[in-house]
Amino acid sequence: MGTGIGARVARKEDARLLSGQARFVGDLKFPRLLEAAYVRSPLAHGRLKSVTVPAKYKDRVFTASDLTDVLPIRPESSLPGYKASEHYPLAKDKVRFVGECIAICVAPTRAEAEDIADQVVVDIDPLPPLVNAADAKSKDAPLVHDDWDDNLFLTTTFDGDMAFAEKNATVVIEREYNTARQCMNPMEGKGTLSHWDEKAGQLVVYTSTQVPHLIRTGVAQYLQMDQGQVRVIAPDVGGGFGYKCVLQPEELSVSWVARKLRRPVRWVEDRREHLVAGANTRQHHYKIKAYADDRGKLLGLDAEITVDVGAYSVWPFTACLEAAQAGGNLPGPYALEGYRCKTYSVATNKPGFTPYRGVARPGVCFAMELTIDAIARAVGREPADVRRENLVPGSAMPYTNVTGKFYDSGDYQHSISEATKAIGLEAFRKRQKEARAQGRFLGLGFGTFTEQSAHGTKVFASWGLPLVPGYEQAMVKLTPSGSVEVRSGNHSFGQGLETTIGQVASEWLTVDISKINVVMGDTGMTPYSTGAYASRGMVMAGGAVSKAAEELAARIRVHAAHLLQCDAEDVTLKGGKAWRGAASVDFADIARAWYLRPDQLDEDVDTAGLEVTQGYKPDIDTGVFTYATHAAIVEVDAETGKVSFEDYYVFEDCGRRVNPMILEGQTYGGAAQGIGTALFEEVLYDPSGQPLTSTLADYILPGPAELPHFRLGHSETPSPYTRHGIKGVGEGAAIAPGGAVLNAINDALEPLGVEINELPATPHKILSAIIDADHQKEVAG
Amino acid sequence: MKPVGFQFAQPETLAEATRMLRDPGEDTKIMAGGQSLGPMLNLRLARPEKIISIAGLSELRVVDEGADFIEFGAALRHAEFEDGSLPEPIDGMMRHVARGIAYRPVRNRGTIGGSLCHADPAADWITALTALGATVRIVSAKGDTRDVDMTRFMHGAYRTEVNSDEIVTSVIVPRYSPSAVWGYYKTCRKVGEFADAIAAWVADPVKRYSRVVFGATAGAPIISVPLSQQIATTGEVPGKDVIKTELERLAPGLDRVKQHLLAVALQRCTKQALNHD
Ligand SMILES: Cc1cc2nc3c(=O)[nH]c(=O)nc-3n(C[C@H](O)[C@H](O)[C@H](O)COP(=O)(O)OP(=O)(O)OC[C@H]3O[C@@H](n4cnc5c(N)ncnc54)[C@H](O)[C@@H]3O)c2cc1C
Repeated sequence: MGTGIGARVARKEDARLLSGQARFVGDLKFPRLLEAAYVRSPLAHGRLKSVTVPAKYKDRVFTASDLTDVLPIRPESSLPGYKASEHYPLAKDKVRFVGECIAICVAPTRAEAEDIADQVVVDIDPLPPLVNAADAKSKDAPLVHDDWDDNLFLTTTFDGDMAFAEKNATVVIEREYNTARQCMNPMEGKGTLSHWDEKAGQLVVYTSTQVPHLIRTGVAQYLQMDQGQVRVIAPDVGGGFGYKCVLQPEELSVSWVARKLRRPVRWVEDRREHLVAGANTRQHHYKIKAYADDRGKLLGLDAEITVDVGAYSVWPFTACLEAAQAGGNLPGPYALEGYRCKTYSVATNKPGFTPYRGVARPGVCFAMELTIDAIARAVGREPADVRRENLVPGSAMPYTNVTGKFYDSGDYQHSISEATKAIGLEAFRKRQKEARAQGRFLGLGFGTFTEQSAHGTKVFASWGLPLVPGYEQAMVKLTPSGSVEVRSGNHSFGQGLETTIGQVASEWLTVDISKINVVMGDTGMTPYSTGAYASRGMVMAGGAVSKAAEELAARIRVHAAHLLQCDAEDVTLKGGKAWRGAASVDFADIARAWYLRPDQLDEDVDTAGLEVTQGYKPDIDTGVFTYATHAAIVEVDAETGKVSFEDYYVFEDCGRRVNPMILEGQTYGGAAQGIGTALFEEVLYDPSGQPLTSTLADYILPGPAELPHFRLGHSETPSPYTRHGIKGVGEGAAIAPGGAVLNAINDALEPLGVEINELPATPHKILSAIIDADHQKEVAG
Repeated sequence: MKPVGFQFAQPETLAEATRMLRDPGEDTKIMAGGQSLGPMLNLRLARPEKIISIAGLSELRVVDEGADFIEFGAALRHAEFEDGSLPEPIDGMMRHVARGIAYRPVRNRGTIGGSLCHADPAADWITALTALGATVRIVSAKGDTRDVDMTRFMHGAYRTEVNSDEIVTSVIVPRYSPSAVWGYYKTCRKVGEFADAIAAWVADPVKRYSRVVFGATAGAPIISVPLSQQIATTGEVPGKDVIKTELERLAPGLDRVKQHLLAVALQRCTKQALNHD
């Protein structure tokens, strides 16, 4: 194995990240650099009458009236009925959320830029704000976009056959669920620095992004430039989570000013800007009617999903990816037959919805998992059993579910069995009983899900996106000194791709990873890639590197054969050398021969050389499905509403594990974010649309003391359809905690007659529900 | 989130610092640990022309141990209380309170005087020191010194007795007998966050002293005389309903969850105190 696939290799990037040697956008130094600060809308909704800039700052402040040659961000979608929105990088006639950019101010320091911003006067005629989706959906709601006839970006309907379910169900469960609006809070916020490179004749954009090539496409498109005139470089990036997979309006305005002034300009998002203008994800509402038989077998599901999309559609994923995914993924790992689902993507006066780690699935998993538990309670059975019996059985794989999702492989039921065993279900039920007798409230909850990863062309096309990923390319090269260089247009921003794609190259070339240099993020140096999102990096970039490395290995064998005086078929690679029996030649010698002493090689040597670019596409286009079961044991302090963890176990199968240690890290991190979703994180607004959670004192993120000690278990069911059987896993662990933790809370509080169906389950919500239930009991008797 | 430009002064003596406060035309602000003022500056909620740093003034970093009291310099840091390097007026209470404030990096800089002067209703020292019957010593630009009892020190959220030309120099805490008991309980959403509810109880049979204080309310900490007496006489944890009724009287119209949490906090803190010995 060495440092190839399956090895627990320490991350290549950690030495620089942990010793402060990484270079983020904020670390870059340029002569004559200007720092930018934005004048942002103080109101949620209003007509922008005027922006007055003090005369002395005319060449320091720019507004929509300056950026006349910039097109508004207007993502299209081919989904029928979709309405496009126009987002000007600096607001033009109307402001549509608190924090929307109105003017960009530049100065030698950020503090001075903020001083200038303080002196810009904006005059806005307030309009009635739309702060929640239900209001925005109502008939005579004011319009977010004046040229629309309602506030719906899109409505979709999936009209399956419910007749059997409706006729045969003995149990019908009706619930409404809410998930909060969240901010993704990568440690490094957005940051972007642009400068005009006179020699290259290029606008060079350093930006904190997951998708450098897409940003290059986007910047060129909206600034109306040729792509050859734009180079995007993503340096070290401190976390993305989806926040950095879309074109940001700031990337356009900063670039415009840099091009105009012919000076480097940088904007670095601060936490307040993030918590206000980046409050853009997760907010769903569900209305669910579930039909089951008296064993809890789910016969059908009738759902209405409303996504609070905010004011604008993001490029390229649009406002509707979320709802499309929610409607398609709600049935999740369950084998139900009847399904009806209506989705609404509603425009409101909030920042435009951006897909966050797990995309829609944390919401649908929450709704589905709570519904399964509600059914189990209604039929008086153990939720783990009801859950297991409803899952697609391993024997049915591959399986096409009710919404047409093609589950490629796996044994979902096994994940429950493992989780049940590891968490000690039976012993727990005993302990729970004893604890209840002492007035302590323990609860156990499960959350099971599938994570569609690396979905390809057909899937994205079905979501109507303007831009569809299909293949991925990578370059692998043997350098003149015999080391290896890998170039990928994907990006590594905390998820370890820099190491894991190196491991894939190491697998084929048998070179130790310390001798493999991975270059990513610079569109000037890497093949086109739509980037890192949708858990596609490992499958796609890994697959491309695998193909390129395989081809390079073949070429190395040909050259080696000449040096070893044998046939290429007789050459094997091992330990960074080519072998024929006991005789060997070092890669360094092979490289030297090719680059510097071609006279040592065959007369008709293959001039394709030792630098290989290959493209990759999995055998299926529908994505490959990772799956997992999370199990949480919590104790709820019924007097304070506080939830603490006794145990948390994750059993996951993501196919072949390229680096188990990185996978564990991804699981810890994702699960921690999921616990933020479950218990802590919530963007709140007052009735006028003012955000009330604009600092980290108000927007609570979990810290180490709030997190459980996660325990992990794995199985490996390789996908039959990808190189090495790899499936994506980056998002997964963020999906289930909402469901698992809330099920545990509801299990704990069942004796009090309390059921929480809203995220996050804050102490205040839990306590209010307990006080209400208490009150009802008093009233009742 | 960068502050407006300001001058930064680092006086070497307290006298020099107070002198700097004399000019009424100049908008100055004292900075101790900067852990509350810093964010206010960055959010541009505070825009002083000049900041006078008192963090390094040795006169504000002394401890004076009297027979009946201990006087703590205002610039002593939370971490110094936490680490047990300072004397205790009552067995372990100040150390316990300090340990529960914020996170270690904040405690490394934040000061007891700064915390009192910032007067966040949810802060710990204002409630704890009220329960301890402490007195705050204040000096003015003119050099006058006055002592203010904790019960009168805080006027409301972020408002105190301290005028803009004054500096808090120390906190004087009475010493308690070995038979004294204390309890301090707070609920908060996560470790290091400001409290949702605080209750403190300090009682000393030798001094015939008992004081129940509720904190993290809308304004200054609230003392309950009836509950102070009840707990001292019965030696028992009061019932939730009794506490809630008293809170209704002391702070009518409190949010019911807040009221409930305050009641729970008091029950837990008295239980803690009564189990002490
Ligand atoms: C993340 C975080 C979490 C926190 N959590 C808690 C918590 O759980 N509990 C808690 O109690 N506190 C908490 N705090 C506040 C912390 O305790 C601060 O240290 C304290 O409130 C202020 O002390 P300071 O010395 O930093 O004062 P500074 O920030 O320097 O000053 C605060 C104010 O007091 C004035 N001032 C300071 N010293 C004097 C003086 N000697 N005389 C006159 N005026 C003065 C200043 O002018 C300013 O207005 C938290 C802070 C942070 C950043």
